[in-house]
Amino acid sequence: MTLAEAVLGAAFTGLVAYALFGGADFGGGVWDLLAGGTERGRRTRERVERSIGPVWEANHVWLIFVLVVLWTGFSGVFAAAVTTLYLPLTLAAFGIIARGAAFAYRKSVDTLGMRRFFGAAFAVSSLLTPFFFGAVVGGVAAGRVPPGIAAGNVIGSWVNPTSFLGGTLAVLVCAYLAAVFLCGDARRDGEDDLAEVFRRRALVTAVVTGAVGLAGIAVLRTDAPLLFDGLTGRGLPVVALSVVAGLTALWLLMTRRYIAARLASALAVTAILVGWPVSQYPYLLPPARTVDEAAAGRPTLLALLIALCAGAAILVPALVYLYVLFQRTPSERQEGGHPPG
Amino acid sequence: MTVIEFLAAGGAENLWSARTQMALSLGWHIVFACFGIAFPAIVVFTEWLGHRRGDAVLTGLAHTWAKAMGVLFAAGAVSGTLLSFEMGILWPGLMDRFGEVFGFPFVLEGFAFFVEAIFVGVYLFGWDRLSPRAHMLSALPMVGAGIAGAFFVVSANAWMNNPTGFRLDARGEVVDARPWAAMFGPSTWPQFTHMWLAAFMVTGFLVASVYAVGMLRGRRDGHHRAGLLIPLTVAAIATPVQIGVGDWIANTVADNQPAKLAAMEGQYETTAGAGLSIGGIYQDNKLRYALEIPYGLSLLIHHDPDGVVPGLEEVPADERPPVNVVHLAYNVMVAIGLALLALAAWFGLVWWRRRRLPRTAWFLRAAAVAGVAAVVAMEAGWITTEVGRQPWIVHGLMRTEDAVSPAAGLSWGLVAVIAVYTVLTVFTVVVLRGLARGRDTLAPQEQEAAR
Ligand code: HDD
Ligand code: HEM
Ligand code: HEM
Repeated sequence: MTLAEAVLGAAFTGLVAYALFGGADFGGGVWDLLAGGTERGRRTRERVERSIGPVWEANHVWLIFVLVVLWTGFSGVFAAAVTTLYLPLTLAAFGIIARGAAFAYRKSVDTLGMRRFFGAAFAVSSLLTPFFFGAVVGGVAAGRVPPGIAAGNVIGSWVNPTSFLGGTLAVLVCAYLAAVFLCGDARRDGEDDLAEVFRRRALVTAVVTGAVGLAGIAVLRTDAPLLFDGLTGRGLPVVALSVVAGLTALWLLMTRRYIAARLASALAVTAILVGWPVSQYPYLLPPARTVDEAAAGRPTLLALLIALCAGAAILVPALVYLYVLFQRTPSERQEGGHPPG
Repeated sequence: MTVIEFLAAGGAENLWSARTQMALSLGWHIVFACFGIAFPAIVVFTEWLGHRRGDAVLTGLAHTWAKAMGVLFAAGAVSGTLLSFEMGILWPGLMDRFGEVFGFPFVLEGFAFFVEAIFVGVYLFGWDRLSPRAHMLSALPMVGAGIAGAFFVVSANAWMNNPTGFRLDARGEVVDARPWAAMFGPSTWPQFTHMWLAAFMVTGFLVASVYAVGMLRGRRDGHHRAGLLIPLTVAAIATPVQIGVGDWIANTVADNQPAKLAAMEGQYETTAGAGLSIGGIYQDNKLRYALEIPYGLSLLIHHDPDGVVPGLEEVPADERPPVNVVHLAYNVMVAIGLALLALAAWFGLVWWRRRRLPRTAWFLRAAAVAGVAAVVAMEAGWITTEVGRQPWIVHGLMRTEDAVSPAAGLSWGLVAVIAVYTVLTVFTVVVLRGLARGRDTLAPQEQEAAR
């Protein structure tokens, strides 16, 4: 493995983490959107809010991490990609603004109208943001981003069948992950009926995602032949792994083993994401720029790698602490409204 | 050119809108970033004091502030995300050519944000899950990360002012980038220190001003007194130090960016024994209607009345920054800085002598406007720094117009950013006002009852 590949690998790991954790947070917003009227959807919404409240900001930083590693380690490709794809990226950024702000603000307003408004902003932007990110990935993977600043078509690079497929799959995967994660959370807090609801949703989304994925193969074949060849050639083992893990997750959900189902689902999503770099290796921007051509000079890559290792040593324990803290049921709950102490 | 043509244009027409968009989104973000840097320290100090004295008012105050912190932090995080996109979307030329040199501090900053975001979650949602001691300890990583994050991001900006840590080959391409060295150019320490103190001034004066307004409206309970006293003390300590650091940073500018300094002073001719000009309008290479303090500038820069201060005539006409904006912004910052110093001195003296707040309502009125004034000073400081660097995006090496994206329709981004940020600002103000009125909205951990 070259130094450049190691750094890119780290960025990709960040991307997977963003897809799994940040993705589930977006998915939570999707379920909030589909939860129904104020009264009917109340418990679902509360469940979503309790689960993602403490962690969404941390999960969101994975995105920043991916961006800054790419712009330092692969500046040219970063500049090419973000300028050609600036429209979906700007829209995704607005989605992030709307979602984050609405989610944080709605706790602090007390009229029902305002709550509804923020709730709607949170939910709708949770749907749109992953769609745009998926479209961006689709544009890059289908080779629609040429090297060179703003050298590609600023519309066609993301308004095309592969991007559309990418966006749709991204939304579905987020919703699926959220449903699986929420099953476990609901059961832990003794809300067994809600767990059943999320379990049903997870099963349905899994089937839909699978169907769209299969149909997508036909799309890729005509629209992105290079990606198609990669996924059905070198990438076949990971795709197969993804299918197996996905089926296992379904079975685990049916038998209500939610913790194991989380792991299997995460594996399925990871595997399908890994399929993307595997099938376009050694290109970063297919078919024009390889990873090594695009990389920064050695001292920068080395500095990055050192910083990434040192950073991971701080980050991993902190993240584990965060998740463990909020996966535990709190021993005592305070009475609402009073300051502690 | 019609509006439509302007919006659809690509290429060099993008420059104006890209700069405006960058300035707007940075100017917005920085206010919330100040809270990210300074507020955790103030809040956890108050919480600690409350526990130590067994004072429920202080603990309650910390609790209210923690709620506000949740809102402010979210606003900072989402606006910062937009910035990360914009660095590439608007300035691909900068990233493409120099990303490998100065991108590195942003990576380190990423880790700082990670730590901060994690512990903000722990701190806000951990009131009922952690012991008071563990809870207060969980704020410390947040405090540290806020400092580190500010350092890294400001060092990136300092690099744009004084690029170091690489070599250029004959074709002007970067070779031999040394990202660690690039982080520690001559501007880094003064800029970081100045920004860090500014964060404490902005946060301190702004929070204090909320309670000053409350007291002016007749609410003089312990809650309001403590809410005024603690942040005001923090800001009042930071202010005199900030003025000293201002002298240091001005000297750094004089050493490294003479054109910027000349623009700050509106000085065209290279002069020995230069006077310090206040106000005025710069026209035809001359500053008119300004108030001049003889020898002031030479004294400030060289600590010698006869020191030679280079003027704008030293640089070619197409390498001069727009003088009026820079001069005005600089004057505003310094004027506000001195006014805030006066306020801090008044407060400090009365407190030292009598252990109480000055009794006159004028004091509260002054405290009430100090918050906004501090924000204006900080924004003016950034305008001085950024506009004073023009026409360079990387001082002496790359012009801003060579860095901007030529993508078609980029100007729509500005329109959209204005729209989105207007809405966001309105809601942020509404939500924070709700919190400030102290109507008992629910804390983050109290979602159960939250609907
Ligand atoms: C509350 C805010 C505040 C206050 C009261 C002051 N400043 Fe400031 N100033 C800033 C906040 C600020 C800043 C945080 O906005 C800047 C922008 C970039 C930076 O590093 O700090 C800045 C920049 C800045 C620069 C430009 C630095 C550069 O381009 O590299 C100079 C020369 C000064 N300041 C000087 C002063 C002086 C002489 C002050 C004394 C009265 C002063 N500042 C008060
Ligand atoms: C690390 C921090 C910062 C970085 C990396 C940065 C970077 C940039 C860049 C790339 C530009 C556009 C190119 C240019 O006009 O030179 C710019 C412009 C500008 N920025 Fe900053 N900036 C930072 C902090 C800030 C802050 C906090 C403000 C707050 C107000 C600010 C105010 C401005 C303004 C007013 C412009 C427009 C200059 C002009 O159009 O003449 N900057 N900055
Ligand atoms: C181009 C310049 C900048 C970029 C790209 C940028 C990027 C970001 C990002 C992505 C975040 C969100 C982190 C999270 O998700 O938690 C953030 C937050 C923050 N930024 Fe910036 N930023 C810039 C300028 C600045 C400046 C000039 C300062 C101050 C000196 C600053 C200080 C902070 C702090 C302290 C936070 C964390 C607290 C909060 O979110 O309110 N940033 N920034």
